Amino acid sequence: MISSTIGIWNYWIVFCLMMIGLFLVIGRKNFLKKIVGLAIFQTSVFLLYITFGKIKGGTPPILNDSIDTIYSNPLPHVLILTAIVVGVATTALGLSLVLRINSEYGSIEEDDVSAQDLVDYHDDIETGKNFDLKFKK
Amino acid sequence: MIDILIKNLPIIVVLCPLMMSLFVVLIPNIFFSWALTTLSTFLTFLFSILLYQEIQIHSHISYALGKWMPPIGIEYIIDKVAIIPIIIISGISFLATIFAYKIMPEEIEKKSISKVYSLWLLAIAGLLGLVTTGDAFNLFVFLEISSLASVALVAMGAHQDKQALVAAYNYLIIGAVGATLYVIGVGLLYGVTGTLNMADLTNRIADQNNNRALIAGFGFMIVGIMVKAAVFPLHIWLPRAYAYAPSAVSVLLAATATKASLYILARILFSIFENSENLINNTLLFVILPLSLSAMFAGTIMAIYEKDIKRLLAHSSIAQIGYITLAFAIGTKASIAAGFIHMFNHAIIKGGLFIAITSIGFYIKKRITINNLSGLGREMPITFFCFVLCSLSLAGLPLTAGFISKLYLIKASISSDGIWLAILILISSALSVVYLWKIIEVMWMREGKNIVKKENPAIYISLIIITFLNIYFGLDASLVVNGSFEAADKLIGDPK
Repeated sequence: MISSTIGIWNYWIVFCLMMIGLFLVIGRKNFLKKIVGLAIFQTSVFLLYITFGKIKGGTPPILNDSIDTIYSNPLPHVLILTAIVVGVATTALGLSLVLRINSEYGSIEEDDVSAQDLVDYHDDIETGKNFDLKFKK
Repeated sequence: MIDILIKNLPIIVVLCPLMMSLFVVLIPNIFFSWALTTLSTFLTFLFSILLYQEIQIHSHISYALGKWMPPIGIEYIIDKVAIIPIIIISGISFLATIFAYKIMPEEIEKKSISKVYSLWLLAIAGLLGLVTTGDAFNLFVFLEISSLASVALVAMGAHQDKQALVAAYNYLIIGAVGATLYVIGVGLLYGVTGTLNMADLTNRIADQNNNRALIAGFGFMIVGIMVKAAVFPLHIWLPRAYAYAPSAVSVLLAATATKASLYILARILFSIFENSENLINNTLLFVILPLSLSAMFAGTIMAIYEKDIKRLLAHSSIAQIGYITLAFAIGTKASIAAGFIHMFNHAIIKGGLFIAITSIGFYIKKRITINNLSGLGREMPITFFCFVLCSLSLAGLPLTAGFISKLYLIKASISSDGIWLAILILISSALSVVYLWKIIEVMWMREGKNIVKKENPAIYISLIIITFLNIYFGLDASLVVNGSFEAADKLIGDPK
């Protein structure tokens, strides 16, 4: 029981990282910290795939002459290479959005930003005070 | 020459916008970058029509990418199911590009126009790749291509309203979590079955009865795709993203983005997991059905209380997505066909409504709220007329496309689950008249301020085309109905 629980410690790490990442995305109010959480969440998935690919005693998948060689599965590594690229693109886009939000709102805290939005929304809809919203002349 | 083209059509449909996006970004001139975008979307549309004709002959095209034979290599599958979203996406994106010509330079900085068109083509390529691919992991890559491009497009609305940035940010975070959940699901499936090819997955899942990792993987995949498709409790990103995006982007996203994900949902439910009937039936009955019913009412009620018109239409989209998933949830052949019919009809209805509303924004130059619309119906008769026709179509009046989809949906629900589902659908449709009438009343009955002198033909040409489609497919729906029934036939073979 104990050995099988410890034997899959890779999966425990995946599980912990996944929950930490998801908690950061959901629980934090800071836009930057959410992106950090998202990156951790995605990394945990990378680890999950790599763990699938490993076979006990397996060697790297390079063809050799002996017959009874056990190869690790190379496909998950290749898939994760793609997923890492996607993850980098997501993080980069997210960070640039955070930069823009900071320059427009002067804050990257969700509470500040949504408070400002609420005021704007109220002005737009109820009173029609914001007359020309920076529309091009 | 033509032979090679026909043989490689499944990949050309995806590659055409993908490659063109690289050229468009190099053109600084506003007109020429638009012209090239229009050309490439037109070509894509042409290729998908050709593909449609091919499908009528062969009924199933399997394309091995780079001549690597499936299941080892990546396979592109076009069949009678996939052709429906392909036609929707390529057709609507062509119309939306025509619409973008005048309205895009009004709302976005001149220097970034060509980059926006490049992203625009990338988003279309991602959506088309999503529906053509037959490989579960390749699907994830296209999912991310389309969603990253659409996030960047939504963020371009920041030139008018800074809230677009927060909307884009939320879209990015929620979408990325959804896509990652999907990848976890694919990973678990791969761990159990050892394949990523969808057709191969179907066969190998049959051997793995009630494997718990498989069920977990199924759950992850479904939830991930439901986030992307904005099924009811996971829809939070949608209203803001559609409301604050630039007008043309709203049209493109509202009409196409969720349709591709809904198609993937149908594919997972009825094609990949077709052999685990128990699992699917439980999912349909206890997850999809209640969520769709709540979507129908929650979306409609939120729309009734909304004053910002673009948000109102986005909330109404959530309700309409609820109809489509409801059709899938009933799970008979007739209802799945009804789901595909409504998928097509909702694309042309919501596309038309968004074009009409955002072209009003082109003239009044401020946020389109219910108070700003007073009297504009008399000043812009053409736009108003088309808007009313599309609204009638959304509410499901006879002689419009919306009626056909409601008719088949209600017929399917009566024949399977009895009368109560049909009554709920009718109540929800009746409620949708409330928010549509609210807009029409303000536009027609109130005094205007004489803002609009003359309507611009470049703006309303695509609106007229799309309204014509609404009427045409209401009068003669045989094309859509036959196509959808063939698709449902393909998805669930046995006659239920």
